[in-house]
Amino acid sequence: MRIKIIIIAVLGMISSVLSATPSNINMTRGVTDISHRVYDLHMTILIICCLIGVVVFGAMFYAIVKHRKSQGAVAAQFHESTKVEIIWTVIPFLILIGMAVPATKTLIEMEDNSKSDITIKVTGSQWKWHYEYFDQGFGFYSLLATPAEQFDNLDGKNTDVAKGEHYLLEVDKPLVLPIGKKIRFLVTADDVIHSWWVPAFAVKQDANPGFINEAWTIINEPGIYRGQCAELCGKDHGYMPVVVKAVTQDEYAVWLDEQKQSVIQAKKDAEQALASTLTMEESMTLGESLYITRCAACHQPNGAGIPGVFPALKNSPMILNDRAAHIDIVVNGKAGTAMQAFKGQLTAKEIAAIVTYERNAWGHDTGDVIQVSDVDAKGAK
Amino acid sequence: MSTLSTAQEHDEHHDHKPKGMMRWILTTNHKDIGSMYLIFSFAMFLIGGAMAMVIRAELYQPGLQIVEPNFFNQMTTVHGLIMVFGAVMPAFTGLANWLIPMMIGAPDMALPRMNNWSFWILPMAFAILLSSLFMEGGGPNFGWTFYAPLSTTYAPDSTALFVFSVHIMGISSILGAINVVVTIINMRAPGMTYMKMPLFVWTWLITAFLLIAVMPVLAATVTMVLTDKYFATSFFSAAGGGDPVLFQHIFWFFGHPEVYIMILPSFGIISAIVPAFSRKKLFGYSSMVYATASIALLSFIVWAHHMFTTGMPVAAELFFMYCTMLISVPTGVKVFNWVATMWRGSMTFETPMLFAIAFIVLFTIGGFSGLMLAITPADFQYHDTYFVVAHFHYVLVTGAIFSIMAAAYYWLPKWTGYMYDEKLGKLHFWASLISVNVLFFPMHFLGLAGMPRRVPDYALQFADFNQLVSLGGFAFGVSQLIFLVVVIKCARGGEKAPAKPWEGAEGLEWDMPSPAPYHSHTTPPEVK
Repeated sequence: MRIKIIIIAVLGMISSVLSATPSNINMTRGVTDISHRVYDLHMTILIICCLIGVVVFGAMFYAIVKHRKSQGAVAAQFHESTKVEIIWTVIPFLILIGMAVPATKTLIEMEDNSKSDITIKVTGSQWKWHYEYFDQGFGFYSLLATPAEQFDNLDGKNTDVAKGEHYLLEVDKPLVLPIGKKIRFLVTADDVIHSWWVPAFAVKQDANPGFINEAWTIINEPGIYRGQCAELCGKDHGYMPVVVKAVTQDEYAVWLDEQKQSVIQAKKDAEQALASTLTMEESMTLGESLYITRCAACHQPNGAGIPGVFPALKNSPMILNDRAAHIDIVVNGKAGTAMQAFKGQLTAKEIAAIVTYERNAWGHDTGDVIQVSDVDAKGAK
Repeated sequence: MSTLSTAQEHDEHHDHKPKGMMRWILTTNHKDIGSMYLIFSFAMFLIGGAMAMVIRAELYQPGLQIVEPNFFNQMTTVHGLIMVFGAVMPAFTGLANWLIPMMIGAPDMALPRMNNWSFWILPMAFAILLSSLFMEGGGPNFGWTFYAPLSTTYAPDSTALFVFSVHIMGISSILGAINVVVTIINMRAPGMTYMKMPLFVWTWLITAFLLIAVMPVLAATVTMVLTDKYFATSFFSAAGGGDPVLFQHIFWFFGHPEVYIMILPSFGIISAIVPAFSRKKLFGYSSMVYATASIALLSFIVWAHHMFTTGMPVAAELFFMYCTMLISVPTGVKVFNWVATMWRGSMTFETPMLFAIAFIVLFTIGGFSGLMLAITPADFQYHDTYFVVAHFHYVLVTGAIFSIMAAAYYWLPKWTGYMYDEKLGKLHFWASLISVNVLFFPMHFLGLAGMPRRVPDYALQFADFNQLVSLGGFAFGVSQLIFLVVVIKCARGGEKAPAKPWEGAEGLEWDMPSPAPYHSHTTPPEVK
């Protein structure tokens, strides 16, 4: 009777596991030669382990069924055998050598970073990635694109908001890479340790602040490949996706041209902005939207911060009394804290709008409208 | 082996122990201290478990429902710290206190006053750690591995309390370990040579040396974290000439032997229970001893397998991969020996045996995933995913904790003088066995499919398994309350336990009456 109950329970468990997502229970094979080899290695070891398990547990359960007192079994007296013990030391050792050989070959190849065609510098910071096209002289930040109302349901107001298809695995600007080229990644971080991971490439490399790690890949197929930060990096560690768009080499050339054009355009815009005068209304609208995406993760949408972790902006003496220091901290950050320098991340106009917003939101009434030239003077472009 | 001297029974009446609370605060008796360790560790198990319930409730569905991410990180961190330093390690120390003097024929531990202190500073350490959760800014939120600079420059203000509490836990462990070493070396009964000691005593002796070797390394690590955060040193900051990866090397030089500290005594427990219920001597006693010693030695040269993605040179990666794979040889020997012990035995399946069999199977599954994780190229995919979470919960929950449960059921009659309720014990076992696998097995799939660990929210393709895992988690949590009922019932009364309630049990502790007298062997038994 009891055996029947156990069998039913086990079958129930297995069927519930299978009814979950059967296509989604194993490592991806990926889209690079290396990722295929890693997958094969994984499957080989998994199968070897399963076979050992079948033999060992098989023997054990045979004994459990046959050699039980209720079956009238009488205990044998043997309790050692040097021969048997040597056999079951040597056989596992040989199996291990069989595993180590392909693993060593794959590992040595994975660590060969030489002869790359393209170099991308990947920099992690709380909680976004920066990609710099080393050979092309431009770069950009890549931020989570999933709107907050899709994930933030702490007050219960967003229960009905539908989550998108690529919930938490979508960004505003993906890293664009060509297929068929050896791409070298130089991975580092600005603040804490992050880890840049794209499962489809079998690339996971820690981003250590102050040090540069190397990794590489050659992508075989065009497509969009998604990953995440893999090393705990603070509050929004779970909201730091990696998205890579792999395109053909022709498409890549076109995309590079567009990017270079937009860099030139951005410089022109910055010069124009320096000469222009921002109005309160315009700055508050732009400032609010930027504040929500760039500042609110720490300082919170209502400016209250998280006591003891991230300072409150609302009624902050610096904001109310010291305009110059306020602009300076947004532009240059504060060393030794989580406050980043935004001068490389945002344009001078955007920083001006954020500062204006912070000086006039949440009941603040400084009435200040920060101009691009004020921000430019602190070192932002 | 020996007969009980009547002097022991006299001692019971001549004892002048204080009454009430003072008895427990001032006690130097190994049984009182052992009981306090065990009760403390179970309380911590429930508190750490409650935190796991918060984690699983938040992860029941995608999106942030219950706790904000900063608090979620505090839950994962403190859950880990409590389970490692508050539940598993004190439980083993409690078992060592209760059992080692009885097993080696000694009257008590060698250093009884120190024994009292090594217990009583533990509640202080955990009171400090738990109180930091209520500070402004919250408690530690950087993972139980507290990687710098997340635990230094970017850590909450309460980090000093975390450091202080870890120091106290470390002192407690070192004191406990010294006591075990001194007791085993000096207080064995005449005739009990090293190769006649029960395996539980052997594994604890080796564990104690590991503790003495690595707890000071942990103390050094937290001290460097303290000075980096508060006194402007730069051990782990590149800006001042330090290196954040140095932190990981030092931490895991402690951390890897630490995981063996949490499993070697389990091997000793299983090596006592499996022969008892197979009614057959343990197969390969001496190879068990040598295997334990080899595992302990190897544990010092495998630490960087936790760090394959940190950008180590390929030669170092190969070295740590080979050494790590090598550990599976002595571990395999142990599993084979247990199976050979069961082979052609005359087995019965009381609760301790059920937990022991589950240990062998599920710990081995954890060992298999450990072997997979050792393969560096594959580890690049597994590292920091739920596959790792599945792996270490298999070795720690269905490994260490199942063995502690097995030990509790096995020796409860000796401790309380009453038999526990076998029906409830079996219910506890089956409820735990099924729920623990629903809880941890699907985590393998989640990790392989790409879910990182330590995230409060996840992509939609992980939703179904997470729901299943959470349900398993709640069921496992509730199942442990059955154990609480069993122990309370058993302590209050029931069927009287004979001196040796298990037909096949061996060892000096079974020569004493149940419950064991307040002082163990007051005249040393003769071991032949």
